[in-house]
This record gives sequence, C-alpha cells and structure tokens, in this order.
Amino acid sequence: MSSQEENIKIRTSGVTVHYGAAQALHGIDLDIRANEVTALIGPSGCGKSTFLRCINRMNDVIEDCHFGGKIEIDGEDIYSGEIDVVELRARVGMVFQKPNPFPKSIYDNVAYGPRIHGLASSKDELDHMVETSLRRAGLWQEVHDRLHTSGSGLSGGQQQRLCIARTIAVDPNVVLMDEPCSALDPIATAIIEELIEELRSQYTIVIVTHSMQQAARVSQRTAYFHLGHLVEHGDTDRIFTNPANKQTEAYISGKIG
Amino acid sequence: MGSEHIVSSFDNDLAELNHMVARLGGLAEQQFAAAVEALETRNTSNIDAIVEADKQLDKLEFELNERAIEVIARRSPMAKDLRRIIVALRVAGNLERIGDYAKNIAKRSRVIIEHEKSLGDNVSIARIAGLTQQMINQVLDAYATGDAELAMDVWDRDMDVDQLHTSIFREVLEQIGADSERVSAGSQLLFVAKNIERIGDYATGIAEQIYFVKHGEFPSQTRPKADDSSSSAIDQS
Ligand SMILES: Nc1ncnc2c1ncn2[C@@H]1O[C@H](COP(=O)(O)OP(=O)(O)OP(=O)(O)O)[C@@H](O)[C@H]1O
Ligand SMILES: [Mg+2]
Repeated sequence: MSSQEENIKIRTSGVTVHYGAAQALHGIDLDIRANEVTALIGPSGCGKSTFLRCINRMNDVIEDCHFGGKIEIDGEDIYSGEIDVVELRARVGMVFQKPNPFPKSIYDNVAYGPRIHGLASSKDELDHMVETSLRRAGLWQEVHDRLHTSGSGLSGGQQQRLCIARTIAVDPNVVLMDEPCSALDPIATAIIEELIEELRSQYTIVIVTHSMQQAARVSQRTAYFHLGHLVEHGDTDRIFTNPANKQTEAYISGKIG
Repeated sequence: MGSEHIVSSFDNDLAELNHMVARLGGLAEQQFAAAVEALETRNTSNIDAIVEADKQLDKLEFELNERAIEVIARRSPMAKDLRRIIVALRVAGNLERIGDYAKNIAKRSRVIIEHEKSLGDNVSIARIAGLTQQMINQVLDAYATGDAELAMDVWDRDMDVDQLHTSIFREVLEQIGADSERVSAGSQLLFVAKNIERIGDYATGIAEQIYFVKHGEFPSQTRPKADDSSSSAIDQS
C-alpha cells in the first residue's frame, strides 16, 4: 500500500486534548488521505469537533485547552514553533455548523480572505477570485447579479455555500466542515453534498456529521469516535456494511452501545 | 438477537420480515413435501391443489418485497440490519423458486403416474427428496435462529444431493435404455430429480445468505459441487 501511504495529507499521532483537567481526546492516531472525504462520526461529546479544531489550531484560542501529540500536514509539524497560525488557517479552511456570513456584501464576504492574505494584486484579479470561488461553491448562478447585496439576505443553504466560497477563496488545500448541513433542508443538503464531491478533487476534506446517511453518501473514509477515543476507522463502504467493532455497529445501527 | 434498537418499532419491522420469511419457508416446505408425496403414493388427487397453492407463495414473496423496500426507505438500515433485510429479500426469492420447482414436480408426477401406476423402483427419488427436505428444514431453522454453523452444515450436505442426483440420472438412463416403454415416465423422472437437485442448490444458497448476515462475507470455500450428470449425459449418448 505504499502508493496510498504517499497520499497521506494529514497524519495525527497520539493526539490528546485537555480542557482544564478534563481529557477530551485520548491519543488519536489517524491518517487522512489527500483528495478524499473523511467523515468523523460518533455520539455527542465524543470529541469530533475538538479533533477537527486541532487540525487548524482553532483550539489555541480556547482558554485552558491543552494539546498534546503531533499533527503533520504534508509532513510538516503544524504545532512547531515555526508555523504561522494565520497562514495555517488559510491553508486549512473551516466551514461551521451554522452559516456565519460576515455582515457584509456577498462580494466582500468572499473577497475578505484574499484581501487580508494579499492574494490579489488588482481589482480585476480579486473579481476573478470572487467569481471562481462562487462558481466552485455552486452559488454564482444565483448571486452574480446581486453581489453587492448583503450576504445575510441569502437563504440558509445559500449562506452555507457562501461560507464555503469564502473558505475556498484563499485556496486552502484542506477543508474542515463541522456539521455543515445540520441547519439545511434536504435539497440544500444535497447541493452541498454534491459540492463536497466536486471539491474533493482539489481539496482534502474532513467532515463531522451526525447523519449516518450523509457520512455514507459523501465520504470515502469514516472514523468513529467514542468518549474521546478513535474506536475504528476505515473505508466507508466497509464501516457501514460490516464494521469490525461492536460499538461502531451499535452506533451506526441506532442501538444502545 | 435484534431487540435493542433505540427506535423499537424498527425491531418490529425486522421481526415482521423474519416472520414473513418463516411463513414463506413453511409454505415452500409444505409444497415440496406434498409434491413428493403425490409421486411416491401415486396419488394425483392433490396435484391441482399444489399447483393452485403456488400462487400463495408468489403473493407472499411479493408482499415481503414491498415490506422490505418500505423498511429500507424508512429506516435507512446500516451494517447487520442492512444485511438482514437484503438477505430476507434473497431468501424469499429462493423460497419462491423452491415453490416453483415443487409445483413443477407435482405436474410432472401426474405424467409419471399416468404412465406407471405401480411404484416401481423409485427408491432413490425418495432418498434424494428426503435429504433435500431435511436440508430445507434445517436451513429454515438456521435462518430463524441466525445460526451460521447450522447453515454451513446444510451447505456441506449439498454435495450428497448432487452425488445422488448423478447416480439417479445414470440409473434412469439405463432403465430407459433397457426398456423403451419407460421413455415418457423416465424422462419426466429425470426432470423431477433435476428439480430436487435444484431445490438443494437453493437451500444451499439460503445457507450462504445466513452465513453472510452473521459474518458480512460469503463462505470462502468454493461451493460444494459433486454433480457430474451433465458429463454422464454425454457418456450415455
Ligand atoms: N470549550 C470547551 N471547554 C471545556 N470543555 C469542552 C469545550 N469544548 C468541548 N468540551 C468538552 O470536550 C468533550 C468533547 O466535545 P466536542 O465538542 O469535541 O464533542 P463533539 O463530538 O463535537 O460533540 P457534538 O456532536 O455534540 O458536537 C465534551 O465532553 C465537551 O464537553
Ligand atoms: Mg461538535
């Protein structure tokens, strides 16, 4: 499997997280492959969001949150002293559960990242970036004639795609999504899922979801977390048809573990 | 075995599917037994009833299909639950086919009985039928209890049925060769034996499905096969 070994984008080894004295993650070893969607599943409070936030160091801003272990992206230790955290968060973008557009125009929402990272050298170039990102997020058709109206005037599903456009505007190579569809109806959900499938050719995607069907539909790999432990991970096809672990089986089948 | 879903009505759905499979199994078993009995006792009085009763099997299989599709749509089953439902569908299909073969045996028995009033020397048919009936009985038990080992025991015994079929095939061909009066009844008997052998295959298929529910994969050895009646047909020609 050496060719697959070479395709590892993110490698986490012995990752632990404490919130004060409480341990939220217990030594997570997980290899995440490039250009695949990895779904993180598990009961509420098992540490999925905590783990996701480790990957772009969002936990750094939480007081009394302590990280241990190692996370490498493309072989580079992201917790080493040399890492520029702002630059890391551009490389590793994040989409949240509730669409959270800035109280600005659609255009400015998407242009925000490229502006602060100085990615565009002219207005034309910025326009182009905004258009490309909106197109990739599948939103261009719906908003191209009202780019300068407020982002908060969009529907929930459109807002979530706007947030995805904003995330990918800074050209990340990893996109983290924490329950991105939980506030959306089935059609908006389907549009986002279709988008995830399209995006994966360019990005490595890690998604937290409470919907087993969504995990089964969008991901190639699934990781099951329970009480801060990584219980099982593997090909999604196998996890949902023939999981190796009893706890995984109970969880995905809607049984008491 | 499966009474631990948080949504307990899902357990009821699964239990209902199992119950439908059990009913289908009972019917198929009954039909097969009745067809064999008609042949062995040279009694045609039940044959119309057997042919008619096959419709019940078809209807029940149809109902089971509809129920299974509803359960899949409403519950989005995962893992073993998913395997159980898919397997219920396949097992129902196998049982419906067993019913078809039983009906066919009944129809052919009528022709045989018309040609040969006496019992003759059909001892081997009784044996292969008995063996196959045992297999069905056991595989239905294995299905009801989810006992994969019992199922594999059935799986192993398919070889005996195949061997017996081969020897019946030779035996009947010899009889036909020796006595041209027996061509009509004998050729029907060949089909009856073949039908019984196919019923054994379907029982074996059900055994594999039971194993699959339990283990998530099919039994690894190649299927037992000892039937070389097709080559003996060439030998005889
Ligand atoms: N900021 C925080 N301060 C203290 N404890 C926290 C904090 N965030 C999370 N925790 C605790 O860490 C554990 C893991 O929480 P986390 O939010 O990662 O779970 P989760 O799997 O994402 O759950 P959910 O599915 O409900 O979103 C929980 O016990 C939680 O209470
Ligand atoms: Mg969470």
